[in-house]
Amino acid sequence: MSAELTSLASGSCHFGDAGCGFPAPGLNEFDFKPIFSIGSFYFNKPMLLSMIVAVLVVVFFWAAFAKPRLVPGKLQLVGEIGYDFVKRSIVLETIGKKGEKYVPMLVSMFFFVWLLNIMSIIPFAQFPVTAAIAFPAGLAAVVWVTYMTLTFKKHGFVGGLKNLCWPSGIPGWVMFILVPIEFFSNIFVRPFTLAVRAFANMFAGHLLIVMFSIASWYLLSPSLGALYGSASFVVAVGLTAFELLVQFLQAYIFVMLASSYIAGALEEAH
Amino acid sequence: MSMAIAQLAAEEKMNPLLPAWPEIIIGLLCFFIVFGLLGKKLLPSIEKVLSERRDAIEGGMERAEAAQAEAQALLEQYRAELAEARHEAARIVEQAREQGAAQLTEMREEGQRQREAIVAAGHAQIEADKKQATAALRQDVGSLATQLASRIVGESLEEHTRQSGVIDRFLDELEAKAAVAQGAAK
Repeated sequence: MSAELTSLASGSCHFGDAGCGFPAPGLNEFDFKPIFSIGSFYFNKPMLLSMIVAVLVVVFFWAAFAKPRLVPGKLQLVGEIGYDFVKRSIVLETIGKKGEKYVPMLVSMFFFVWLLNIMSIIPFAQFPVTAAIAFPAGLAAVVWVTYMTLTFKKHGFVGGLKNLCWPSGIPGWVMFILVPIEFFSNIFVRPFTLAVRAFANMFAGHLLIVMFSIASWYLLSPSLGALYGSASFVVAVGLTAFELLVQFLQAYIFVMLASSYIAGALEEAH
Repeated sequence: MSMAIAQLAAEEKMNPLLPAWPEIIIGLLCFFIVFGLLGKKLLPSIEKVLSERRDAIEGGMERAEAAQAEAQALLEQYRAELAEARHEAARIVEQAREQGAAQLTEMREEGQRQREAIVAAGHAQIEADKKQATAALRQDVGSLATQLASRIVGESLEEHTRQSGVIDRFLDELEAKAAVAQGAAK
């Protein structure tokens, strides 16, 4: 179990008690003791959660799509709505007809990331797996490899470099500044921001929820603190609802950006 | 918070921006399991059904359009036939009317002719009867007058008068007088 639960469980410490400060949550909330380890390899809670998420996504889509029917059942209909949403509103909207080929990857990515995020508010899981940077970093690497490969496959080496760092319709003298920026931005910054955006959003959201949850407990004392405690609890509940939105939005943005990078790679030479 | 971080950093060097390789491996493994199953099996199968459904819907539309076109063609044909039938009917009625009119004129002429024939025959008959009657009357009047005169005179004049033609002359004179009177009257 995560540190927040242990601190809640051992929380005999309340506001107003002598020599008892607020047990502020910190990085320890994101540091998990390995469940087991083999040499330098270890297995911890986010990894377990990511496996559960993978199983959940596969089980859901298996139940929905394994025996598809022309007239869909309820589950198939829900699956179709989700699939169609990612396919049409994200992939085809961004890449166009050529994006058809990348729909399976991006659909898988969307639902995988979304469920990793949702783990934040599932009881007992209560940790957004994407708040451990390794997970979004891995996925960002997949996106990076995909769009880099596509760029060089479509335009060749020189053409690919040109596609990555030679913007069109710019007067020559600006190129001195712009080309290095574009080069740096498209090759190095993109995967980094892609990973960090998802990570930081989920990290901050989780920290806020933990913060207000601990505060609700800490402030719960037979004094004015009880009032603060209940206010803090209300905020924690509100934040949980807000996080539900952020989780969806971050998955959406992640896949949307991946699509736009792929679209950029497939763009005709200019 | 910064205090807590410093405290933690002192306890254990943890950088949240440094990905841990076991986590990367497991994360990617999980993703590729999802991607593999969805991409190889589940999404193609649903895509197939979706396109079948699209075909079914579009096929239904096409069938409906074909049926509509056929109905339209039938309607056109029916209308054309109806117009032709009307035309034909009008033509037949016109012909019948012409024929009827022709027959009517013919019958009228025939009637006229028969009437004239009847009238002419009547006239001839009347003329003949009149002549006959006149002749008979002439004879009767003559004999009656002769008888009367014989009575008055007391002897038979019959033979004499018959031989002399007195009666005929008298009657002719009477007729002439009547003719003159008639002409004057006119």
